[in-house]
Formats: sequence, C-alpha cells, structure tokens
Amino acid sequence: MSTAVGAPATPIDAPRGVRFPHVNYLNANYGIKSWLLTLDHKRIALLYLASVTFFFFLGGVYAIAIRLELMTPAGDLVESQTYNKLFTHHGVLMVFFFLIPSIPAILGNFLIPLMIGAKDLAFPRLNLLSWYIYMAGGIITLWALLSGGVDTGWTFYTPFSTTFSNGYVVAAGLGIFVNGFSSILTGLNFIVTIHTMRAPGMTWFRLPLFIWAHYATSIIFILGTPVIAITILLVALERLARIGIFDPALGGDPVLFQHLFWFYSHPAVYIMLLPSMGIVSEVIATFSRKNIFGYTFVAFSSIAIAVFGFLVWGHHMFTSSQSIYAGMVFSFISYAVAIPSAVKVFNWTATLYKGSISYDTPMLYALAFIGLFLIGGMTGLFLAALGLDVHVHDTYFVVAHFHYIMVGGALMGYLGGMHYWWPKITGRMYPEGWARFAALVIFVGFNLTFFPQFLLGYMGMPRRYHAYPVDAPVWQVLHVMSTSGASIMGVGMLIPMVYFIWSMRYGKFATANPWPATGLEWRTASPPPTENFGTTPVVTWEAYEFRPMEETEVIGPGDTPAQPIDGMQPTDGKNP
Amino acid sequence: MATHEIAATHHGPAAAHAAHVPAEHSAHAALAHHFDNLEQQREAGSLGMWIFLAQEVMFFGRLFLAYVIYRTRFPEAFAAASNHLNWKLGAFNTAVLICSSLTMALAVWAAQVGRTRRTQVFFMALTGLLGATFLGVKAVEYYDKYRDHLIPVRGWFHWEQPLSANVSEQNIQMFYWIYFAMTGLHALHMIIGIAILLPIMYRAWKGAYSPEYHAPVELFGLYWHFVDIVWIFLFPLLYLLGAHYAGGHAAAGH
Ligand code: HEM
Ligand SMILES: [Cu+2]
Repeated sequence: MSTAVGAPATPIDAPRGVRFPHVNYLNANYGIKSWLLTLDHKRIALLYLASVTFFFFLGGVYAIAIRLELMTPAGDLVESQTYNKLFTHHGVLMVFFFLIPSIPAILGNFLIPLMIGAKDLAFPRLNLLSWYIYMAGGIITLWALLSGGVDTGWTFYTPFSTTFSNGYVVAAGLGIFVNGFSSILTGLNFIVTIHTMRAPGMTWFRLPLFIWAHYATSIIFILGTPVIAITILLVALERLARIGIFDPALGGDPVLFQHLFWFYSHPAVYIMLLPSMGIVSEVIATFSRKNIFGYTFVAFSSIAIAVFGFLVWGHHMFTSSQSIYAGMVFSFISYAVAIPSAVKVFNWTATLYKGSISYDTPMLYALAFIGLFLIGGMTGLFLAALGLDVHVHDTYFVVAHFHYIMVGGALMGYLGGMHYWWPKITGRMYPEGWARFAALVIFVGFNLTFFPQFLLGYMGMPRRYHAYPVDAPVWQVLHVMSTSGASIMGVGMLIPMVYFIWSMRYGKFATANPWPATGLEWRTASPPPTENFGTTPVVTWEAYEFRPMEETEVIGPGDTPAQPIDGMQPTDGKNP
Repeated sequence: MATHEIAATHHGPAAAHAAHVPAEHSAHAALAHHFDNLEQQREAGSLGMWIFLAQEVMFFGRLFLAYVIYRTRFPEAFAAASNHLNWKLGAFNTAVLICSSLTMALAVWAAQVGRTRRTQVFFMALTGLLGATFLGVKAVEYYDKYRDHLIPVRGWFHWEQPLSANVSEQNIQMFYWIYFAMTGLHALHMIIGIAILLPIMYRAWKGAYSPEYHAPVELFGLYWHFVDIVWIFLFPLLYLLGAHYAGGHAAAGH
C-alpha cells in the first residue's frame, strides 16, 4: 500500500530467486504497514492465520502438560492447584482463541468473497478491526494467564468463579468478552456480504455449501456471542462488587449462570463444527468428482443446526437441579438436533457412492472427519440420554465425546481445508507425500489419545482430577496409552507446520485450479490478485458441476473455460 | 417496517447488479471501491445495521431475562424498590426521548428529500440536544441514588425505609443492580450515539448528504430509534412497576 516503489526482498520467493509471474495480493506491495493496515480480506485472513496458529500451539503445550501429569496415578508432576490452571488455560485458549475463530476468520475470510465473486467483504474496515479486537482480547487473556492464571475451568461455573476462586477471573473474562466482539463483527460481515455482494448469476442455490455453513455459523455468532459477553460481564461485576445475581446468599441463583453460559456455549460448539462441515462438503465433492448428493438438504441442514442448536443447552445441566421435565424436553430436542447432522453424514456418504475418488490429503482429512464425527456425535446422543448421563456426567467419557467432535471433527476439517486451499492462498503446492504421512500420524495419534478416554470415563474416571487410584492398574494403562497418543499427535501437528512454511519458499507453483474443482475461487489466479477478479464474474453454472476426470482434462471442469476468467495466465505448476 | 426492509434485501443483489449500469453511479465520491454501485452499498449498510441491532437485542435481552426471573422470585421487594424511583423524572425523560426520535426522523427526511444542509443540521442538533437532556436528567437521578446509598455495591448499599415481612434488603439491592445495569447500559448507548452523531452533523454541514446519498444519516437513525425503544421498555418495567406499591407505609411520601 505504502512502499510499493523499489520493492525490497520478496517475502515469498520462487526457487532460486524466480518471482511470481503475476501481480497478486501477496506481492502487490510490501512492508509491515501494508500488512497491519491492510483492508484486503485475504491479507487479514493471513494475519488471523499467524495469530490463531500461535494460540493453537500455546494451547497444545498445556495439553501436553496435562497428559504428562496423568501418566502416573499419583499427582506428582504438578500440584492440584496448578493442574486446575493447566486445564483451564488449555480450554480457554483452544475454545475461544483457536477453534471459534479458526475456520471462519482464516478460511472464511479468505474464501467467502472469492467464492461468491466479490471484490472484498462488505465492510473491510470492520474486518480489520475484528482482527485487532481479537489480538486485544488475546493479549489481555494471555496477561491473565501468565500473571497468575485462572483455575475455574473454561466454563467459569459460579459460585466458584465469583466467590471462591483466587485466580485472575476478571482479567481472563475481560479478554474473552473483548474477543467476543471480534466474532460478532466477523459474523455480521459475512451475513451482509453473502446477502448483498454475490456476483450476477450467483443465486442462493448455486452457492458453495461452504458459504451456507458460514452463513449458519454467522447466525450463531450474532445471536449467541452477545449472550456470553453479558454473562461474563455479570461474573466480573459479581466478583468485583458482589451485586448478588449469582450469589445465593444475596438471593441470586448460581444455576442461572449455567443456563446463560450454555445458551451460548452449546451453539458455540456448532460454531466450531459447522465451518468444518462446509469444508468437508467442498472436499468430498471435488475428490469424488460429483455433485453433493441432496445439495438443498445439506444447505438447509446447516441452518437447521444453527436454529435447533439454540434449544438444547439444558443437556449440560441434567444433574444440576434442573427440573426433570425440562430435562426430558432438552433430551428430546438434543436427539432432534442430531437429525440435520446425520443428514450431512448420509449425504456425504451417498456422494462418495460411485464417485471417482482420489485420496489426496484434503480428502484424507475429510474422510477422517466423517468417521470421527460419527463417533463423537453418537456418543453425544448417549450423553443426551437422561439415565446414562447421570452415570458418565463429568467423567472422561464427556472429555472423549467433545474431543472427538472438536479435534476429530473441527480440527480435521480445518487441516483438510488448509491443505485444500493452500495452493490458492500461497500459490504453492505443499508436498503431497509428507502431507499424507502427517494426516496418518495425526489420525492414529488422535484415536490413541481419545478412545481410551471413553473407556476410562465409563469406568468412572472423573474429569479435572490430577490423580487417580493406584489399585486400578487398567486405568494407568489407559492413561499411558492416551499420553503416548497425544505425543504422536503432537509430532503429527508439527509436520504440517514445517512443510507449510517450507512450501512457501520451495513448493511447486500451483496452477489456478490444481485439483481441479468447480468453485469461483478456482477461476482466478493462484494467488489471486488484490481485487480477486479482473472483471466481475457472471455465473451461469450450478454448484459442483463436475464432469468425469478424462473430460475435465480436455475441456475444463465446468461450462466455462479452464482458464481463469480474468484472463490471467496461470503457471504450468512446475518449477521454472 | 423491519421485515419489509430486510425482505427487500433478500432478492436484492443479483437484481441490483443486473438492473443498474455501474457507470451511472460510479462517479459518486462516497462509493467504496468494492461495491458496484451506491444502491448495493446502501443495502449492505442497512442490512448490517439491522443485524447489529439483532445482536443488541440479545445483549439487552439477557438483562431483561434476569429482570423477569428475579422479579417473579421477589415481587414485593421489586415493587418496594421500584416505588422509590422518581417516576416523574422517568416520565419526563421518556417524553424527551420520544421527541428526539421525532427530530431524528425529521433529520433523515430532510436528507432524503434534499432540504438544505441548515435544515438537516438543525434537526440533528436538536436530536443531540434532547439526548444530552436525557443524560443530564439521568445523572441527577443517579446522584439521588448515590446520596440515598442505593448504589448496589457490597458495603455501600443501605435501605433506610422499613422492610415488610417478605422483603429483604438483599432483594431490594437485587432490583437496584438490575436498575443500574439496564439504565447504565442504555445510557452508554446514548453516549455512543451522540458521539457518532457529531461527525455526521459535521459532514451534513459540509453538504455531504443528498437524496442520492444519505445512508449514514439513515443508519444512524435506525440505531437511535432502537436505543429509544429500549427505554420505552425500561420505563414501565423499572419505574411504573411499583408506582402504586403501598405495602410499606411511606409510599405516599414520594
Ligand atoms: C456437534 C458438535 C459438538 C460439540 C463440539 C460438542 C461439544 C461438547 C462439549 C465441549 C461438552 C462438554 C462441556 C463441558 O462439560 O465442559 C459436551 C458435552 C455434551 N454434549 Fe456435546 N458436542 C457436540 C455435539 C453433541 C451432540 C450432537 C449431542 C447430542 C445430541 C451432544 C450432547 C452432549 C451432552 C449431553 C453433553 C453433556 C455431558 C455431560 O456433561 O454430562 N453433543 N459436548
Ligand atoms: Cu451441548
């Protein structure tokens, strides 16, 4: 933006000094200011990528510490007080600073305008502001964690958080409160963009399912996040001024907090999951070269999940003095909300049927998603059964359940999406062999970590304890399995980190449409120019209009030429 | 009106693209580079504002929920506490805000039909002035509560009137924190509103708004009306709830 003249060393350089053959959003201008003040949604996405990755690895460090402590029955590595902080910090960082922003703020930000044929999001300044708000929230929270820490668990249950905890609850809460506004702005921007910025011909039912998923996610951002914001504000006020809202001694009700918290936090689990489902829809279609089976059902199931997701929060409170009749209703609706999720799984499976499937890395992650989400979702139904939940509530069974969803589902989808769009984002291919290897390592490590936890929980191992009985040797066996799995997964996560960075410099150049896929984002150069498209595209084809691979190679993927529509020449995908 | 506005944007974009030749408007200085035309930009802005307001409803909604829960739990304490609020000042403020909504609507109208910048600025200034009046009265009320030790902070709060059998001081304090939380959040929105109005007024004075382009005025109007409506709910819930409360005996004194 500012220092375009006399461009200094290219940040992303082709092998042996060869530059990108075309002007794109990465090399259009240089300098720290051109990044920190950018209004380009693609650059903002990369700002998010850097900061979200940082929080992810920090959260991972805490996870490793937790797993090390649990290798032995005695609480020998850290004190119970410290252990409380470890799992709280892990949860807060992973939920609020990694999973919630990850896919929407990185891939959603980057792709939504490209996929609908717009030049940018509707409100570029709000978009940049949301990143700064995210950073402010992150820094406040980091400060709280480092200067003393919080020991309430990521759920901040009252009255512990308001009356008894000695941690930095107010500061951590403030960080999460601030961060919430970044989610709200992102959601607002997405909804407005999807409504008003679609290219001519891009009707609602030609939108990629990724867009539908983000639309649904944004609804939750808008209607859910303010609730958690005000709830956390109330906890802070209660701590500071004893206003009494959650304090039984003053006539308040601590369980009210749980209602308010889960009213947001159950929908929030779908914030984490829906974007991932959007990615899986894209990837499954591309790598089985078929239209998604029952497109409209999959599209509306996203909206149904967003809506029904608001009605099931009580399934977290079956054992909390909630009325048994309310419990029955919440249990029933929890079963109902599984239906739209199941619609997706069935339709993806039906899409695979007779598809011409290729097992590139994004597809491996998508398939992993389907399997792992299936286990996570089904165990969610177990938990939503009133009788069973009394037995396994607050045990490792619950921990395993939500990790199957959040890691096995959301994170796998995120990794699949990063691989799938990496060529578009950087203009470079990642090394396929290494990537498949890493996917395998992560998959094995993941299952080894979390499957034993189902067994542990079913046998009665409570969550959030740093010690367990010595006279149940099988518990230790399972815990050791879990810890070794976590180590394997940890290594698996580092591999993509290394080869992604490596590929930014040494990877092969990507063509405009390397897979080849049908979306608009593949019909502009890789990486795209700052304005995304030379001229506003006109859409005359349906979503996912795939042709058989042989035909595609000759005449291109859809009704339009294989060349990017702005006429920019892609490179041939080989190193010069 | 709300549904109409939003419905209008549903089928908007594709039609807007097709119907408007970009060149027709593209020269306008207020058009951001990533929009095709002013029409699309206005639609985006107004939808954005409606969504923002939906978010606000959820934000305020939790406090209304807290109000409903604790009011049903401690009806008498709430009536007694509410009885102590000055409903006359509340009613005056309600009238002030309704007038300010009217002047704001007139400001939007003035921009829409292209009245002189003087007229536009006049109505905007009146709106701001009425808003400031509201805040002034609110400050007086807050000061009264401070003087009467009704700030609901531990160690501070003290209720001097006699308590009847079902009314505890703690429950009265509960009413007062809800009162302060809700009216405080509302006042914060008023302050932010006035802060946003000032630059808009300045640009109106510079002649920026015309029948062709007046989106900021219109969007700000939406926000302002929303903040007014919140007050329309707050006034009866907080002030009138206990106006006839006679459970104590000093009710007549106010
Ligand atoms: C779709 C993505 C899902 C995610 C990300 C997710 C995440 C979570 C999380 C984080 C918790 C534990 C919170 C805590 O206590 O700290 C949890 C618990 C629970 N989940 Fe899920 N969940 C998902 C889907 C489902 C589904 C589909 C159901 C059932 C229909 C379900 C039912 C439950 C129940 C009943 C609990 C409470 C268990 C207990 O505490 O006893 N979940 N889930
Ligand atoms: Cu839930």
